[in-house]
Amino acid sequence: MPSEREVLLQVRNLEVTFGKGRHKLKAVDDVSFDIYQGETFGLVGESGSGKTTIGRSIIRIYPTSNGTITFKGQRINGKIDKELDRQVVRGIQMIFQDPMASLNERAKVDYIVSEGLYSGDQRLNEAQRKEMVSKALTDVGLLPEFASRFPHEFSGGQRQRIGIARALIMQPQFIIADEPISALDVSIRAQVLNLLSELQKRHGLTYLFISHDLSVMRFICDRIAVIHKGKLVEMAETEMLFAHPLHPYTRALLSAVPMPDPIAERAKVLEVYDPGMHDYRVDKPQWVEIETEHYVLGNAKELDGYREVLAKRGQP
Amino acid sequence: MEDVILRVENLVVKFNLRGQVLTAIRGASLELHRGESLAIVGESGSGKSVFVKTFMGMLDNNGWIDEGSILYNGKDLAKYKTEKEWLTIRGREIAMVMQDPMTSLNPLKTIGAQIGEAIRLHQGLSGAALQKAVIEMLADVGIPNPEHRARQYPHEFSGGMRQRVVIAIAMACRPKVLICDEPTTALDVTIQAQILDLIKALKKKYNLTTVYITHDLGVVANVSDRIAVMYAGDIIELGTTEEVFYTPAHPYTWALLSSLPQLGVKGEDLHSIKGTPPNLFNEIRGDAFAPRNPYALKIDFEVRPPYFDITPTHKARTWLLDPRAPKIEPPAVIRHLNSTHGGGNYAK
Repeated sequence: MPSEREVLLQVRNLEVTFGKGRHKLKAVDDVSFDIYQGETFGLVGESGSGKTTIGRSIIRIYPTSNGTITFKGQRINGKIDKELDRQVVRGIQMIFQDPMASLNERAKVDYIVSEGLYSGDQRLNEAQRKEMVSKALTDVGLLPEFASRFPHEFSGGQRQRIGIARALIMQPQFIIADEPISALDVSIRAQVLNLLSELQKRHGLTYLFISHDLSVMRFICDRIAVIHKGKLVEMAETEMLFAHPLHPYTRALLSAVPMPDPIAERAKVLEVYDPGMHDYRVDKPQWVEIETEHYVLGNAKELDGYREVLAKRGQP
Repeated sequence: MEDVILRVENLVVKFNLRGQVLTAIRGASLELHRGESLAIVGESGSGKSVFVKTFMGMLDNNGWIDEGSILYNGKDLAKYKTEKEWLTIRGREIAMVMQDPMTSLNPLKTIGAQIGEAIRLHQGLSGAALQKAVIEMLADVGIPNPEHRARQYPHEFSGGMRQRVVIAIAMACRPKVLICDEPTTALDVTIQAQILDLIKALKKKYNLTTVYITHDLGVVANVSDRIAVMYAGDIIELGTTEEVFYTPAHPYTWALLSSLPQLGVKGEDLHSIKGTPPNLFNEIRGDAFAPRNPYALKIDFEVRPPYFDITPTHKARTWLLDPRAPKIEPPAVIRHLNSTHGGGNYAK
């Protein structure tokens, strides 16, 4: 049951703003969610929706302007002491989108993978460090010998593995994967997805998976939150979300997912989302748990409509 | 007989890279039917972009057509050398929409000026007539408020709107063939679907022949009549969209289809293709896919397979189709696709 699951990361009323005064932009607006130990939590949205901003503020790259982020019961946003900062760096790691751009071209794999270890407080001797590098490389399905090579000698899929090894070597509990497979070819995507789920089983990792591609998320995520213009609009377990999408934006996203099936594809009807359809002038929208573990954003009138839809589908 | 608008025969394209010769296209043949929508599917490095670039004389300077012919309107485009010759084809007969709308527009010129440039060049209009044509073109590609939008610059447009502008420029010269090179990869899913719908509508309105180039089989189910699958510089399977999705014949097509996450079962490993594509600097013996093919026969490593006809519209280059080959069933995931098509539709 949900109540028995351990919350690893808690985000409450998170707000991130960029710029000042007239040029102020609220990139993330009042976002709250929990990520449980051992699960894969998906954050889906279009470019500019703020999904990457959320990931980056968790890892302390962007300062937050309001709200709290709690990791293992400790608040990690805003001003924190050095010791905790170190723990965050160690406990939360990130995998980036473009393996061509995210690796230092002039460094050898050996250095790239172990760079995080130099900044830590642990004093490792050369032999220990080498040992850890070859273990991390083996973990992601590369040969330890690759440590002496440069990034340009590898294919896209192998580079992404190096990026994963670099995160793994810190022995994190929580990994933020920001569009980790979007830049890869279809056949390589499968390899990297398989690797991510294998590592999750082996090391008990928790993932925050950020992507715009719902077909991939359905395959890998336990729960999915849909974000639009900095606000979460719907959040549910993956299958529940796919079976009963409520918010019109979620429905539009789902209807746009391409299916590898010509007959079904030609028959499908695209739903288009127009944000102007909401009348929020008087009746303000709220973030409500409409059924167990299924949250949606809407005002009183819309929520009534959603409840009706759910009731019709035989699931009050 | 189908009305063939473009016929490519036994095309070989080579590149010179730092003194080494790379064979990017290894004797590919293709007929493009007038009014159809063809999708060319392959991984990066399979040669799909190079293949269509030869139709427009857009190969990089270090590349050349080594063998073969490209027949268009009775002329062999493979023999074209000068820019003057190419200008009779490029844009006017065959136009192209590139992948990234961010880089294919000039940031210093207004949208109207960029579309106008193409119309003036090809239709010889000027002044008020040109202005009118520009606005019509913008309205045609679904840009609201075209009079106002024509005076704006690319940075004032969103990604999807910019891609519409790029399509307007390609359409400005009223081409017969429109090539779309990964037209939606850089766009969001919802916008992607809208752009594909736009291209379909334009195709109908102007009776275009469209060619899509993509690495994602999921995208083409909606838009194509026929699919050509490319691997290592060759077309290894060609058939109608239904044939390629429901009764694929080449093991590479099987592998591509079964590695789609849409078909994966949660908690189980997704099918992945082992190894990497062959090095095109080396000469390839036999079937290029053989080293990665779990169903490879001995002959696959020695002799290049010919095309075997499965139906009059469906053919594949694999020895598995030879009557003497052992009977091999395609993987279960894609057999499932065949039996339950429509079963996995998300949009209920």
